[in-house]
Amino acid sequence: MRYMFLVYSVESPDIDPATLQSVGEKHREVMNEAAQRGVFESAEPLKPTTTATTVRSNNGQQQLLDGPFAETKEQLAGYYILNCKDLDDAIEWAKKIPTGCKGGEGCIEIRPLHEGLTH
Amino acid sequence: MEARLAAETVFREESGKIIASLIRISGSFDRAEDATQEAFAAALTTWPKSGIPSNPAAWMMTAAHRKLIDQVRRDRTVRDKEDAVRYEIEAFAPSSEPNLEDEPMHLPDDRLRLIFTCCHPALNREGQVALTLRTLGGLTTPEIAKAFLLPEPTLAQRLVRAKRKIQEAHIPYEVPPPESLPERLVSVQAVIYLIFNEGYVAASGEMLIRTDLCAEAIRLARVLRELMPKEPENLGLLALMLLHDSRRAARTREGKLVTLEEQDRSLWDQNEIAEGIAILDDAWKLRQIGPYQLQAAISALHSTAKKSAETDWPQIVAIYGKLFELNPSPVVALNQAVAIAMSSGFAEGLRRIDLLGESGELTNYYLFHAARADILRRLQRPAEAAESYRSALELATNEIERAFLRDRLKGMENLTSRRNHGADGDNF
Repeated sequence: MRYMFLVYSVESPDIDPATLQSVGEKHREVMNEAAQRGVFESAEPLKPTTTATTVRSNNGQQQLLDGPFAETKEQLAGYYILNCKDLDDAIEWAKKIPTGCKGGEGCIEIRPLHEGLTH
Repeated sequence: MEARLAAETVFREESGKIIASLIRISGSFDRAEDATQEAFAAALTTWPKSGIPSNPAAWMMTAAHRKLIDQVRRDRTVRDKEDAVRYEIEAFAPSSEPNLEDEPMHLPDDRLRLIFTCCHPALNREGQVALTLRTLGGLTTPEIAKAFLLPEPTLAQRLVRAKRKIQEAHIPYEVPPPESLPERLVSVQAVIYLIFNEGYVAASGEMLIRTDLCAEAIRLARVLRELMPKEPENLGLLALMLLHDSRRAARTREGKLVTLEEQDRSLWDQNEIAEGIAILDDAWKLRQIGPYQLQAAISALHSTAKKSAETDWPQIVAIYGKLFELNPSPVVALNQAVAIAMSSGFAEGLRRIDLLGESGELTNYYLFHAARADILRRLQRPAEAAESYRSALELATNEIERAFLRDRLKGMENLTSRRNHGADGDNF
């Protein structure tokens, strides 16, 4: 069985480089261990929510919002990772992704990944 | 002194163009802004000594370009020494290694890319407005903060956040492709109109600064028209703002709001009116109506009426009808109801307004209550009018508008008590 692990934490824009580095090392340890034991699929850090864009469908109309705007009744239901040219390209893809069974209610939150950090 | 003034004028007129071009070359808003500021500073020190150059705009562009090259070279040296800052560099757009020497200097205008990026719908409205004024308008952060009555750090924060999002989320520095152009243009027009309205809402004591915002919005709309002259709504927006702006001097008297009906029409700026109407005519020729053109057309009908009683209200009612087809909002319907009151009688107007009130959508909109109060006042039903003025006062926030409502309320209360006294008199 494959499982997804969602990492939640308090965003701290003024985090000092030393702490950042030590957290990064701990992640690498876990990833290395997972790789050695043959269970590793993928792991990526996200850029902070200040870089997020939400595409929400409202009665067939699609609306863009600056920031993460999932409502509390909406739960994470899946994910895509796509290699897009830029944010406009990503928004076009987000518009294609179905977000709900009940009249298409829901939204897609687009968050850029940190390029070249883990590879 | 003359050289200083020349430098300031050139900076004001050219900085948008220069920044726009340097962002394309360097891929960075901050670098472009810094280089442009440095070029301005250089002009301030050089021009008084060596005289104003024969082509000051080109001088400024060349200087900014050189400053950018210096900056990038400096950064490269630092980067070579410190490989550790790799993390930061990775976050930059791929174009962070610009081919500076190859860049031709006077390319077609980059301001179009800039305006679409600043008004990108993935940025929040506050960020769009701040960034547009900062980069295209060439306003300083303190100037923008002052105009919006905000603390400087708040505004600086908005700018930093917007720029960071552009960079980190890779918002492209491009004119949108044809399929998304209409939608994106709406966003640009909305930002410009918001800047104008921010300046147009009468606010006591802040008149001068706010007038600057109107002038800036008009200037930006002129740039937009220059860059995309075949977009009828660009013309409609510019016409609308010119026509509104033409009445600025008449809108307040001794710090008090004066209604359109009561304005001294000799104070209206006839040049702005003529220009607005001419631009609107050009827009019609493109044969694609839109909300800004229709609103400008309504404004033009007011502008051309010699006196208030000569206003072509039936025509205004018809245009609001068209506007409602494009934008079926209760606010448009309310404006139409007011025009109906003026053309078909106050009783019919009141009936329309009360019909609109039934949905409850306008309950928290102060102009709904103010409009209703005004019609009741005209119908000589002061007690009911007073009640609606009170509802309006509970919701209105702008001090000049509140003072106006209080005056009207007092008038209605005086009438009511006089009538009651009159009735008492009859009983005795």
